[in-house]
Amino acid sequence: MAQKKEILKAESKNFNFHYADGTHALKDINIPLYEKKITALIGPSGCGKSTFLRSFNRMHDLYSGNKYGGEIILHPDNTNILDNKVDPIEVRMRISMVFQKPNPFPKSIYENVAYGLRVRGENNKRLLDDKVEEALKGASLWNEVKDRLPDLAYNLSGGQQQRLCIARALATDPEIMLFDEPTSALDPIATVNIEELMSELKKKLTILIVTHNMQQAARISDYTAYMYLGEMIEFDETDTIFTKPSKKETEDYITGKFG
Amino acid sequence: MVKKKSNISPALAKNIRRNFLERIIELVLMFSGLIAVLITFGIVYILVSESIPFFEAVTFKEFLTSTVWTPNFEIKNYGILPLVAGTLTITGVALLVAVPLGTITAVYLSEFASHRVKETVKPILELLVGVPTVVFGYFALLLVTPLLQKIYPDLSTFNMLGPGIVMGIMIVPYIASVAEDAMRAVPMAMREGSYAMGATRFQTAVSVVMPAATSGIVAAYILAISRGIGETMIVAIAAGQQPNFTFNPVDSAATITAYIVSVALGDLEHGGIGYQSIFAAGITLFVMTLSLNILGQWTRNKFTERY
Amino acid sequence: MAISNKKTDKDLNVIRALIKKHKKNDQIFAGIGFFIIISLAITLLVLFLDLVIDGYPKMNLDFFSNFPSRKPEGAGILSAWVGSALVLVVTFFVAVPMGVAAGIYLEEYAKKGWFADLIEINVANLAGVPSIIYGLLALGLFVYEFGLGTSVLTAGLTLSLLMLPIVIVSTREAIRAIPVHIREAAFAVGATKWQVTLHHVLQYAMGGVLTGIIIGMARAIGETAPVITIGALTFIAFLPPSPVNDVAPFINFSWLEAGFTVLPIQMFNWISRPEHAFHINAAATGAVIIVLTLFMNGLAIKLRYNIRKKIKW
Repeated sequence: MAQKKEILKAESKNFNFHYADGTHALKDINIPLYEKKITALIGPSGCGKSTFLRSFNRMHDLYSGNKYGGEIILHPDNTNILDNKVDPIEVRMRISMVFQKPNPFPKSIYENVAYGLRVRGENNKRLLDDKVEEALKGASLWNEVKDRLPDLAYNLSGGQQQRLCIARALATDPEIMLFDEPTSALDPIATVNIEELMSELKKKLTILIVTHNMQQAARISDYTAYMYLGEMIEFDETDTIFTKPSKKETEDYITGKFG
Repeated sequence: MVKKKSNISPALAKNIRRNFLERIIELVLMFSGLIAVLITFGIVYILVSESIPFFEAVTFKEFLTSTVWTPNFEIKNYGILPLVAGTLTITGVALLVAVPLGTITAVYLSEFASHRVKETVKPILELLVGVPTVVFGYFALLLVTPLLQKIYPDLSTFNMLGPGIVMGIMIVPYIASVAEDAMRAVPMAMREGSYAMGATRFQTAVSVVMPAATSGIVAAYILAISRGIGETMIVAIAAGQQPNFTFNPVDSAATITAYIVSVALGDLEHGGIGYQSIFAAGITLFVMTLSLNILGQWTRNKFTERY
Repeated sequence: MAISNKKTDKDLNVIRALIKKHKKNDQIFAGIGFFIIISLAITLLVLFLDLVIDGYPKMNLDFFSNFPSRKPEGAGILSAWVGSALVLVVTFFVAVPMGVAAGIYLEEYAKKGWFADLIEINVANLAGVPSIIYGLLALGLFVYEFGLGTSVLTAGLTLSLLMLPIVIVSTREAIRAIPVHIREAAFAVGATKWQVTLHHVLQYAMGGVLTGIIIGMARAIGETAPVITIGALTFIAFLPPSPVNDVAPFINFSWLEAGFTVLPIQMFNWISRPEHAFHINAAATGAVIIVLTLFMNGLAIKLRYNIRKKIKW
């Protein structure tokens, strides 16, 4: 694997995951995330890619009985975010997430974006105003909504709602942003917008994205991991994965012989 | 081959008989369903027809604006306001108890409690719903009011505070159950969105789940008000049966329902104005509860449509 | 603004302090919620114990075999419990067939349209009508228009009006839980609609229907206001004629026309007396009522729990 001067931002080490019903959903996953790069997870549905992504902000803690094994280390402070001593809320304050379907809160556009800051106890109006504007600009939504910030977020279109959710996740300056098939519920134009946005975002932060769309992974990501049946089959630079993968399974999937 | 022809006819006859039977059964079932409609018509018909003679003797204006209700006195006055005041005051006290307790219970059950706790708590709430109101009345008169009198010695034996508090306890499970249903219906994706931002359970519950479930929660309150207004035995036992135009909960006062009970307990002749007056009171009660129920259902449906 | 968003140790400490503070709110709220629920459970217990302790002096067999009396010491609830039992018999035989039939109609037969909507809206509204309004309906309709008087029959019919929506709703819920493929399987072997309903739908829905019936009956036992409204006498020192005779045809229906009292009215009557001795009787009656209703409701909850656990379509 050609390793350039990349800085490691996070890595999973022998990561395992069991659902409450006993399903062994992820087996010994080792994937590095490089700073200010986009890493894409691809694979057929049910391969565990979303499960893996959701582990990064401890979403599985919301449902009792789920079990993590192994480690996910966050650099530079070497924190194992799966450690029982680490509060899931602390993890979520450092790593934010954008979901498959836009899930804005039943609040105004402004309050949706400000939510993460309010949760952090921030009530200074001027600071909130600045941060909201900055986040909306970062999510390239500002021009469309700047005159209607007090409107209910539901009045936005699907693509706008998803960019609102990105702005919401962006407003708190996360170290890593997780995207769980962020464009699967959107039309092609909205999809292009979001993809361009992600390329812009990686100048500031590290991105992990799950996508069912191989072209999308090829277009936007720097690194790609192919997963199948709960195992990580191959991880490499995206160009390598899509041009000369080292594993037969990966090649079959990429070329559409399977999946 | 010849035999076959003679076989068809009885089979066909059987078919016809069977289809006829099926039809009859459907009609019987339909009639049972219609009973619900007939009961509603029956209620409206009886309430209206029995109170028409009353409103021939008493003008609407007097009924709705006079503040004196003295059907048993020499000079009879029929102003419904004192009864409405009593009804609203007691319901108000009940809501002061039931709204916070019911809402907190609902939030706790929907957002905080583990599955085990829920499985234990819900039956307790259901049992509380099953307690007959006459028992709650006993409780209000002979346990709660004496306790209140220890704190506030001037409180009379019959007052609106004690029964109001007890009615509140009675209503808590209603609010808790309707409001919890509403909060449970909020999509999990919305909660995940909030947790993903680093919110705690309490922050998620208060600033995301509750706003999303607002109309369901409001419906719970509206239905609770209706429940309180229509409640009879607690107030008839513990609030007194003397009409009294007051909104002060430490006073004794009759509600609309308590008045109907007090008349029914006496010996009023059929067709007299006293007899008719309980139907006039009844129609007032019916209109109040019906409009609240419709409003409550409407709010609730509006909510379910969204998710 | 600096592009770096690496969290320093100092930042992390700020975050941790903040989380600690917020988590305290979580704990406080969970504590309050738990406290309220415990208080409700305790209230239920106090309610129960209060009646049992207050009524303890009267808890003996004489209490059940004596008529009410002017002297509190010798007074009992014989006429009240017999009256309650007879009224419930009427209620059961009216509300259960009608409620179940209406439930079946709405779920299995009614086509979507204004007619089904009309019935549905009415059922929903009837469930929210205050019980005393049913009393007024019964007073105007059964007592005077139909001339049934203040009788066991009138009371039974009145309470069946109250029970009807409960039975309808529980029947519908139970039927709705049965998946379509069960019906299709029965239709596929040539059953008629009614055969499918009777042999399959109703059989599988039985548990849920039964739950509703028990809850409805428990409610009918404790319901007071509508029975008072129809003018039920509160001092009854006789029993209605026995439903069973020793001469042919062995059964008579004259008890239906008899005057009566029921347990909650007897209790209400005793609460309203100023003498404390009568309050003891009231408490003892209340204990009987609450034991009956809690037992029946408990049974219904248990039944529903079992159904939920057992049946997985």
